[in-house]
Parts: sequence; structure tokens; C-alpha cells
Amino acid sequence: MATLPVRSSQHEWLLKARRNFSNHLMTALSILSTIVVLVPLIAVLGYLIYKGASSLNWAFFTHTPVPVGETGGGMANSIVGSGIILAIASLMGIPVGIGAGVYLAEYGAGTILGEAVRFTADVLNGVPSIVMGIAGYALIVAKQKHFSALAGGVALAIMMVPTVARTTEEMLRTVPHAVREAAFGLGIAKWRTVISISLRTALPGIITGCMLAFARVAGETAPLLFTAFGNQFWSTNINQPIGALPLQIYVYALSPYDEWHRLAWAGALVLIAMIMVSVTLVRIFASRGALKGGQH
Amino acid sequence: MNDPVSIPLPRTQIPHTIVPESVESAEVVEQAPTKPSVIRSFLNAKSSGRVGDGAFAGVIVLCALSIFVIVLLIIWVLIANSRLSIHAFGWKFFASQVWDPVSGDFGALPFIWGTLVSSLLAVLMAVPLALCVAIFLLEICPQFLRGPISFLTELLAAIPSVVYGLWGVFVLVPLIRDTVGPVMEKFLGWTGLFVDPNFGVGMFTASVILAIMIFPVISSISRDVMRVVPVSQREAALALGATRWEMIRISILRNARIGIVGSVILGLGRALGETMAVTMVIGNHPDIVKNLFAPAYTLASVIANEFTEATGDLYLSALIEIGLALFLVTIVVNAIARLLVWAVTRGDSARTA
Repeated sequence: MATLPVRSSQHEWLLKARRNFSNHLMTALSILSTIVVLVPLIAVLGYLIYKGASSLNWAFFTHTPVPVGETGGGMANSIVGSGIILAIASLMGIPVGIGAGVYLAEYGAGTILGEAVRFTADVLNGVPSIVMGIAGYALIVAKQKHFSALAGGVALAIMMVPTVARTTEEMLRTVPHAVREAAFGLGIAKWRTVISISLRTALPGIITGCMLAFARVAGETAPLLFTAFGNQFWSTNINQPIGALPLQIYVYALSPYDEWHRLAWAGALVLIAMIMVSVTLVRIFASRGALKGGQH
Repeated sequence: MNDPVSIPLPRTQIPHTIVPESVESAEVVEQAPTKPSVIRSFLNAKSSGRVGDGAFAGVIVLCALSIFVIVLLIIWVLIANSRLSIHAFGWKFFASQVWDPVSGDFGALPFIWGTLVSSLLAVLMAVPLALCVAIFLLEICPQFLRGPISFLTELLAAIPSVVYGLWGVFVLVPLIRDTVGPVMEKFLGWTGLFVDPNFGVGMFTASVILAIMIFPVISSISRDVMRVVPVSQREAALALGATRWEMIRISILRNARIGIVGSVILGLGRALGETMAVTMVIGNHPDIVKNLFAPAYTLASVIANEFTEATGDLYLSALIEIGLALFLVTIVVNAIARLLVWAVTRGDSARTA
């Protein structure tokens, strides 16, 4: 059509310089922003380890909280309480989540119901945790008329279900079809194939998903505020209010006492260490899994 | 296995004076072999796996339906428990600025304002950084750094909210009060957004914390979205003589833009519902002011702070109505984001354009 614009060599040179400049500028910006992002991470972790390690002692793991003014004391009851709440949540959330994941991958693939379940799970994943707390409160605490570890466990279990379901589904999808067809060819029933072939093959990945869901809810505070409620004393009764590590950190962090601040930092370090250990275990599991590759 | 006897005989007109006794007995005989005993049919079904399959499929479908049940249960519980406040205030609840538990007058506008402003500010801060990091990790970063850096950024997502809050209270708040705040006041004070009094706790601090927290979400999802852009697109741009940045702009950002918007909205959804860290640093004061250094309040933090102290049914139901509003807003935001991300990543092999 029209003739190409004729450019002088100087014009060319300017254009090239501009393009090169923007290229280098954006590269530099990318590198810079990566550094900028790593700063808060290192600041958070570094400060946490510095403050936490200096406040951590043996009493932290063996003692229950002491009244204001006394030094010492620990969070033994909160650590155990967190363990109990998380055990309840895992016992309820993981089987249901895996079941839903199996449905998504093996039964409902391509059906309208399957799509709807997947979409609902994704949306449920994004619901604020404090809303789960309200649900736990209204469903259990309001009926029982008292706070309980059980209510906290239920609130966390609700949060685990969609996460576990989606990772289970993704892991089951990496199992090759030929393996399933081989099982069908041998005349094995479908349920048996799912349990002994599909789930079995995808097991490392599914464990990864469960641990990630576990790590995610382990640090949750908001759903426990008015379900488990927290407890300054030793309690392992799942029908009573129970202490939890994140709750105790929250209470101590907002208190005006230096001694409690110290314990809050120690608690945060222990909490992070617990989560990091499970995430690292996940990494080991995942790298040793039978199914490498194919996954991101 | 059909007996010839079991075929229904054509009925002929039989005078009813004759009692067909023999026919009756024949009918009895013809029923027996067609209907195998209950035990037999059970054993048959079992050996073909039908019983196990049926039971297993039933359990699995129940598990899948439980997700619907959870969502419906949450909605029902929230609506049922906030009925008192819905009846008392109606739509005015979302337009009124008064929050007075003593006289029993409740309005959610300051909290909605706080939630929206802090989340949008956080998104504004996090998005450019997150996109740059995603591009860096995908296109620029040398191979040996890619693993560690992406692991570190994902570690940011693994730190619990309450720990961010703790860090915010003891590190970020003093930093913004004593160092960053005065500088910003000097240079940006004329906008009216950053002026004294600056207590360190407030909208701006909360947004910074939120930005750090939603960064991993935006970064990792937009990276996933950028990754599914076909290699041929990059090669085409490079073959036309594009520089690296031009290639990123033309072929990657352009092709992945819907998914990137989705990831940003997903981050927004996360920021809207974030509770603990925000509650610890935002100052918890229900006011609508222009100054970003001033304390504010969000939907999630008012629930966290006042729920256990709520005296009276109306107070509690007003808080639950705030929870309902938060739930519905995040559901809508997340649904939109998921649809956008799906639109890009779903048929990634089918994409040609």
C-alpha cells in the first residue's frame, strides 16, 4: 500500500537506542524488584529467628503460661492444643477432601456436576478464614453454649477440604490412563482400581497436598478466635476451650508486657519451624515420588 | 437362560365355568426360574464388582457433594444469624457511618471503606513487583537461581498471618512511624494523603503488610499463566528482531493478560479477607478520612476484635451480617478471578492464536 517511511540513519540509531534502553531498563527493574521482594522475606525470617532463638528456652515447651508480672512460663498447653485441633481437623478434612478429589478426577471428569464441584471448591478456597470461624461458632459453639476444641477443629477442617480435594485431583490426573486400563483389562472392579492403582500411584503427590493443606491451616488464627477461644491452663478435653499456638501469639503480641512479647516471638519461631518442617518434608516426599515431572 | 415356559402365553378366551387349575400352577412354575433368589443376585453382583462399585461411588459422590453442603451451610448460617440486623437496618446498614454498640446503632460503611482502600492500595503496591518477579523468574533469571528464588517467594506464602502481624507490630510500625513516615510526609504531604498525626499504626501500614502477603499469590499464579504462552509465540517475536523486553511485552504479557488480571483479582480477594495481620497494625478505629497514616478498621478485623465481646443479640447479628457481606464479596471476586484464570490456562494445548 503506502510506501514505507524512510528513516535517516540517525533516526534509526535513536530508535535502536531507545529500544535497547527500555530493554535494559525493564531487565534492571525486574532484577531490582526481585531484590526488593526478597528483602522483607529475609527481614521477617531473620528478625524472627534472631528474636525467637534468643527467647526460646526449655521452659517454653514444658510450662503453661504464668500470670502477668512473673517471669518464665511457656506455651506447652498451646502446643498440645494446636496438635489436638489440627488432629481433629485432619481426621475430618483429609478423608472428605481426598474423596472429593477422587470424584473430580475419576468419576466426575467432564460432567457438569464435576465442573460445578471444582468451581465451588476453588471459590471456597478463597473464602476468608474469619468467615469459617463464624460458621464454626454458629454451628457448634452457639448450640453447645460453650467454646470447644471440636468447634475449632471443624472450622479448620472446612478450610482443608477444598485444598486437599484440588491437589488430590491434580495428582490423580497425572496417573497414566494405560495403568487404569490394564487394571480394567484384568477384570478388577472400578473401586478397587481407584484405591489400589490410581490412589496408590499418586500417593506421594496426595500426601504432599495434605501436608500443604495442613501447613496452611496450622498457622490460622482467625477461625480459632471464637471457636477454640484459647485457654491459659492445661486442657486436653475436646469439649472445652483449648489453647492454640497462633492464638497465644496474637494475645501476647498485643499485650503491653515485655515478657509476653518475648514469649510471642518464641511462639512464632516454633510455629514457623513446625510449618517449615512439614513443607520441607513435602518437598522430600514430592521429589521422591513415583511421578516426577508433568506437575508444573 | 430364558425358559420357553417363561414366555407369557397368549390369553385365549376361556369360559369362566372352567377353572383353569393347570394354568395357575403353570404360572407359578413360570415365575420361579426368572427370579433368582436375593442371595444369588447379591453374589452375582458382588463377583462382578457392582456392589463395591455402587457403595464406593456413593461415598465418593457424598464427599464431592459435601463441598456444596459446606457452602450452602455457611450461607444459611450467616443469613439465619444476621436476620435481626438485616430486619433492623436493611440496606442502610451498608451506607451508615455510625457504629455505636451502646445505643445499638450499626452501620458498616467505615469498615467497607477500610477494607476496600487497604486492599486496593496493597494490590497497587504488590502487582508491579509481582509481575516483575514473575517475568524475572521466567525469562531473565539464570537457571541456578530460579529454584531458590521461587522457593523463597513461595516461603512468603507459608508464613502465617499472625507472624506477619507480630513482625508488623514490632518492626514495621516503628519503621513507618519514625523513618518512612516523616520522609513521605515531606515529599508527599501536599497530596493530603500522608500527613500528621502518624502513629505508625494505620491504613498505610496495613496496606504494606497486605502487599507482602498477597505478593506470592499474584506472582506464582501470573507465572503459571505466562508459562502456558506457547514457545512459538516467543520465537516469532524474537525472529522479528524484538528485544527481550519487546518479546515479553508483545508475546507474553499480551497473550497472558486475561490470566494476569485473574491473578490480580485473586490477590485482591485474599487481601479483602485477610484478618489477623491487618487487625494488629491498622489501628482499629472506624473513621473515613483521607489521611492514609490515620488508623482505620476493616470488615474482617471488626469481627475478629468485637465478636467475643459482643453483648446483645443485635450487636452479634450486626457482626455476622458484616461476615455475610465479606463472604459474598469474596465469593464474587474469587469467582470472577477463577473464570479469568481458567479462560487462559484451561485449553492450553488447544490455543493457537
